[in-house]
Amino acid sequence: MAGDLSLTVRVSRRFDGFALDIDQVFPLQGISALFGPSGSGKTTILRIIAGLETATGVVALGERAWLDSDAGVFVRPHLRGAGLVFQDARLFGHLDVAGNLAFGMKAAGASAADWDMVVGALDLDGLLDRAAGALSGGEKQRVALGRALLAKPALLLLDEPLGALDGRRKMEILPYLQRLATEFKVPTLFVSHSVEEVSQLAAHVTLIEAGRVVASGPTDEMLERPDLQSLTGRFEAGSTLQAVVIGHDQAFRLTRLEVAGQQIIMPMLKSLEVGQRVPLRLRARDVALANGPLAGISIRNQLHGVVADIHPEPDTAFAEVVVDLNGARIQSRVTRFALAELGLVEGAPVVVLVKSVAFDRRGLVNR
Amino acid sequence: MSDLGIDLGPVWLTFLLAFVTTVVLLVLGTPFAWWLAHTKARIKPVIEAITALPLVLPPTVLGFYLLVLMSPNAPLGRFWVDVTGNTLTFSFTGLVVASVIYSLPFTVQPLQAAFEAVGRAPVEAASMLRASPAAAFFRVAAPLAGRGFLTAAVLSFAHTVGEFGVVLMVGGNIPGQTKVISIAIYEHVETLNYAHAHILSAGMLVFSFLILVVVYSLNRRFPIHGR
Repeated sequence: MAGDLSLTVRVSRRFDGFALDIDQVFPLQGISALFGPSGSGKTTILRIIAGLETATGVVALGERAWLDSDAGVFVRPHLRGAGLVFQDARLFGHLDVAGNLAFGMKAAGASAADWDMVVGALDLDGLLDRAAGALSGGEKQRVALGRALLAKPALLLLDEPLGALDGRRKMEILPYLQRLATEFKVPTLFVSHSVEEVSQLAAHVTLIEAGRVVASGPTDEMLERPDLQSLTGRFEAGSTLQAVVIGHDQAFRLTRLEVAGQQIIMPMLKSLEVGQRVPLRLRARDVALANGPLAGISIRNQLHGVVADIHPEPDTAFAEVVVDLNGARIQSRVTRFALAELGLVEGAPVVVLVKSVAFDRRGLVNR
Repeated sequence: MSDLGIDLGPVWLTFLLAFVTTVVLLVLGTPFAWWLAHTKARIKPVIEAITALPLVLPPTVLGFYLLVLMSPNAPLGRFWVDVTGNTLTFSFTGLVVASVIYSLPFTVQPLQAAFEAVGRAPVEAASMLRASPAAAFFRVAAPLAGRGFLTAAVLSFAHTVGEFGVVLMVGGNIPGQTKVISIAIYEHVETLNYAHAHILSAGMLVFSFLILVVVYSLNRRFPIHGR
């Protein structure tokens, strides 16, 4: 795979009461996310890339044009090698799981080794004989993902693969999606309206609203930009912490993690392995601040840091505070009144308080 | 003459006609029904209405126009005589043509309903797995619409077996050529040969009943796979 592969999408399409105008180059190192509220045109863009919808303009994967309306180029969908995984999985009801998985293998020239790798990586062994209709939502998505991978796509397009799943099922699928970039090395463009999904999966994110690109860049940077948070109202202010799993506490059903040299606990997630690195998304409003360590309080997660930045929100009671924890940055949303009473200013030492349950929603909710 | 004293010629001819008609209808009706199921053309209701006409028209009306069209004086009939040397009217081929039109809705409507139930989604999914449109049809859409094909085939066959008015108008009563069961029954009754009319009629009754049992069983056992 070329190291600098990218997807060029420069298309426009007019619908009744809606116009799509995109001019964007998506880098495909690591998963690239297309993020925006429902109805912003994300799915339509994926369908145009896949060739399932027409548009005027250019779609090109690297040097290869799939669509160039001026030059009269339109590569038919089945010849593009784009693998679109639909939100509703769309397994073939007349085939069992094995039949679904094998569907595109011959045309793609996939081998038995490919089969073993995909079936192994997605834990599909136990499902092979099952009827497509007899699977849970999470299992369906795993099969749909495996089916797409076995058709050896030049570009994998994921249309809200977690959108139809409840919180627990999402947690089942996320680790598999995280392997896309590392194990399969398939260039992937991923559509989502969930900031948790984007923060955990994507290296690069493009924010889209009402059919237009609003901003584009590395995920961490984008999620921390306050101007974008107010722009959509969907980017709930928050931060992503890189954590390492230290261990599980069976008795209290907790998982211990290390963040920037300090320990935190969260409700146990058995799917996490000790030593595994996990991104933790934390909403600014779930983070409280104190002048010093507190005793006699239920909150276990008390992290020591320094106030790095204060952004007062004009015309509201609130301020966004960025706290530096030995290099890791965490966002807190508190009242300006509290800041004044505590005397917190930039450079002041501060203790960050996070209820363990705040982590429970990591990757589980849309807002 | 069989042991029962019944001429089995019409029985054999009837089933041959129904079989050929059903095959022709499935071949022609499938792409037509696919188009109807997926088109957004404004003319669709008009085409659907024309397709359904044989359901409501008296068979004599249909038979009359077909007779006019297929007569050697009309362009179509003339063309057929020029090409084959035989007339289309009062021939087995003419009966097949008439039966195809007469039974058309019994093929097209179940197939269209099945294709609509399957929808575009599985076909799109197949195209994302490198399947050409033809491969997507044969490997996904057709199997998913399997019950529609069974229903269409069984109903078209049965309806053609039960044809009378159109055959009488277009084919007449030529043994081995156009004399099907329903015509034979009519003739037996006309000649007051009730015994033979009874045997053929009872056979038709049992056959028709069995066919309908098959259709309704299929509806239960093979639901159309939706999404």
